[in-house]
Amino acid sequence: MNIAFTEEQEMLRTSARDFVEKECPARLVRQIEESEGGYSPELWRKMADLGWMGLVIPEEYGGVGGSFLDLLLLIEEMGRGCLPGPFLSTLVLGALPIMAAGTAEQKEEFLPKIAQGEMILALALTEPSARWDAASIAVGAVSEKEQYIINGTKLFIEYAHIADYLLCVARTKDAPTGRGEDGLSLFLVDARSPGLKCTPFKTIGSVPQCEVVFDNVVVPAKNMLGERDRGWPVVKDMLERGAIAKCAESIGGARQVVEMTVAYAKERVAYGRTIASFQTVQHMCVSMLSYADTARNITYEAAWRLSEGLPCAKQVASAKAWASEAYERITKMGAHLHGAIGFTRDHDLGLYYRRAKAATLAFGDPDHQREVVAREIGL
Amino acid sequence: MDFRFTPEQEAAREEYDAFFDEVMKEAPENWLGTLEDVYSTKEGNDFHRRVARMLGEKGWLTMVWPKEYGGQEATRVAQLIFLESMGEHGAPGYDTQGVGMLAPTLIRHASEEIKREFLPPIARGEVTVCQAWSEPNAGSDLAALTTRAVEDGDDFVLNGQKTWTSGAHFADFMYVIARTNPEELRHRGLSYFVLNMKETPGLTIRPVLSMDGHHLWDEVFFDDARIPKRNLVGEKNRGWYVVLSGMEHERSSLGGWVIECNQHLKKLVQFCQETNRGSEPLAKKPLVRHRLAQMAIEIEVGRSLQYRLAMLADQGALPMHEASAAKLYASELYTRFSETVMEILGLYGAVTHGSKWAPFLGTFEFLYQMAPGWELAAGSTEVQKNVIAQWGLEFPRPY
Repeated sequence: MNIAFTEEQEMLRTSARDFVEKECPARLVRQIEESEGGYSPELWRKMADLGWMGLVIPEEYGGVGGSFLDLLLLIEEMGRGCLPGPFLSTLVLGALPIMAAGTAEQKEEFLPKIAQGEMILALALTEPSARWDAASIAVGAVSEKEQYIINGTKLFIEYAHIADYLLCVARTKDAPTGRGEDGLSLFLVDARSPGLKCTPFKTIGSVPQCEVVFDNVVVPAKNMLGERDRGWPVVKDMLERGAIAKCAESIGGARQVVEMTVAYAKERVAYGRTIASFQTVQHMCVSMLSYADTARNITYEAAWRLSEGLPCAKQVASAKAWASEAYERITKMGAHLHGAIGFTRDHDLGLYYRRAKAATLAFGDPDHQREVVAREIGL
Repeated sequence: MDFRFTPEQEAAREEYDAFFDEVMKEAPENWLGTLEDVYSTKEGNDFHRRVARMLGEKGWLTMVWPKEYGGQEATRVAQLIFLESMGEHGAPGYDTQGVGMLAPTLIRHASEEIKREFLPPIARGEVTVCQAWSEPNAGSDLAALTTRAVEDGDDFVLNGQKTWTSGAHFADFMYVIARTNPEELRHRGLSYFVLNMKETPGLTIRPVLSMDGHHLWDEVFFDDARIPKRNLVGEKNRGWYVVLSGMEHERSSLGGWVIECNQHLKKLVQFCQETNRGSEPLAKKPLVRHRLAQMAIEIEVGRSLQYRLAMLADQGALPMHEASAAKLYASELYTRFSETVMEILGLYGAVTHGSKWAPFLGTFEFLYQMAPGWELAAGSTEVQKNVIAQWGLEFPRPY
């Protein structure tokens, strides 16, 4: 057993931290928040030039063949700096499932472009039911000769409006009662397809989401990812990796809030002394630290299990529930300890406070995760 | 990063499980798997001692000790694997005060003569040990203690009172912190002693019952209690530093509470599957499911924290605030767990040990009454937070 990251991983972290601090200051984060696209093509290009888009993509497709843990380190650092953009969506929800379930032809077509930073992907999974389970998927795909025709509405789809391709989860067969996992298939849908209508809206976490309406959208059969009707295991794996990536982003943000708050407490003076000298303030900071450290432990332990292919449904769900609630509590305590200044639009604290709530909701909120854990412990 | 057990560790775990499966068949009737079993009845304490000797023979008490004192210099992770198996079986035999706390302190600070006298019986599981630190007016503020130790010929003569001394009524050895220089304030002027209680005149032990009526703790009175000078551990007047190094051992060895909760959670899951309230089993009620799941999550987090601590210790340095963070988490988990269980059991949860209506022989009413104690023992919640604030976050001493 060994809890340490490798030297290479530590170097990756350091360079990522430097990059985010230098290239993505809070000023830019705010600017991007106000923009239509919700990301910066220039920043995306710089990240691609560093090789980040190709980090987990195999060498034969123009990447460097790094590990899922490497990817998490990057995402953690992005979370620390609130770096906006479709990185998680393109890499974790796009590249990884294509690597896992794609045909040689699909890999050839998509992976090199992703690695070069020339392709953005979005996962079109959730629908107006706002659920993450298989049974709730109603968007349907009907086969017709060498193609499929997709109809229905996806909702809460992050970055769909700037994506080149959408990975759409659709029903290709009516599911028998109680077995919603049956009959789901995945499609790589060209975002410029006729009949596809994407309407973005803003969210508390500043990641633009979209309503995506499929109106007789035609997809060539060769763009089906994985087996017909048996797409759910691919989605499940994607959701677990997405949840863990969201945990990594959260702990990056959480640690930053702890550091900001501790530093502020040491300089803010009240009653003639720094507020850091009050035990109440100290103990709140300790609780924040404890949440951040425990969330980080459980996240990387679950991530390790996931990347080793070991059974980990309970660990992943535990990590997501704990890290989400930890991040929320940390930002709430952080906001409180900053006093009224932390409540203003101008202060960075709000960037994290809002993202913590959005992170909690992504890939299954804590109640969803608790239900997963309940089943895993035999209830 | 690698969380995998080695094949040797997997095999060891199987060996421990098989051993404890066997051993626990001999457990006294109504064994709950808590500290109460070990300290509150003679029968339970005898069973604890029987198991301790077996563990001693196997070499499992001294895994992490240096080889020259009979240990194997195993990793803390290896030891944690053993402790987890023991905890999941609710098995006794590992005396935290002796094996986990006094022994490493002696190995680090005591003279060779004292090591030769006190370590072997601890290693063989022949003795139990108690800690005489807290006093009626020195709890969280331990350095305010007033028990005196005065040099007289070849001896130190002790006078004063200790309290909350776990298991003193069954203990053989005791370690004490007392004031040797009354001129010096607070932590300066304290010294650390170890003594054989059977050879020490002037000791009086009186029970302190906890709120559920069980006898786990004692008051200890020293009336001209004489101990040989050689029983001083570390330098005279510098006992505080010996205490501090022991605290780290104590706080980092309390992960057993997490395992204890896990053991209880498994029983509770089964109970909820088998018990109907209204028209369906408790296990079908969303609120019950979510509460138990939340406990499973918090246990998972706690377990992860214990392994982190063990791995940090194996890497060489275990910062004091990390040990405090683990103690803090484990004791608060224990509290939340006991509250959750009581809420799920409803009226049945409050029925005490001995009634046929008490689920799990009353384990959980006991847990519920023990929980406040664990948030005080080995440094209160607030003391741990102070340690983390000052060492982990570099805050000034609080106002």
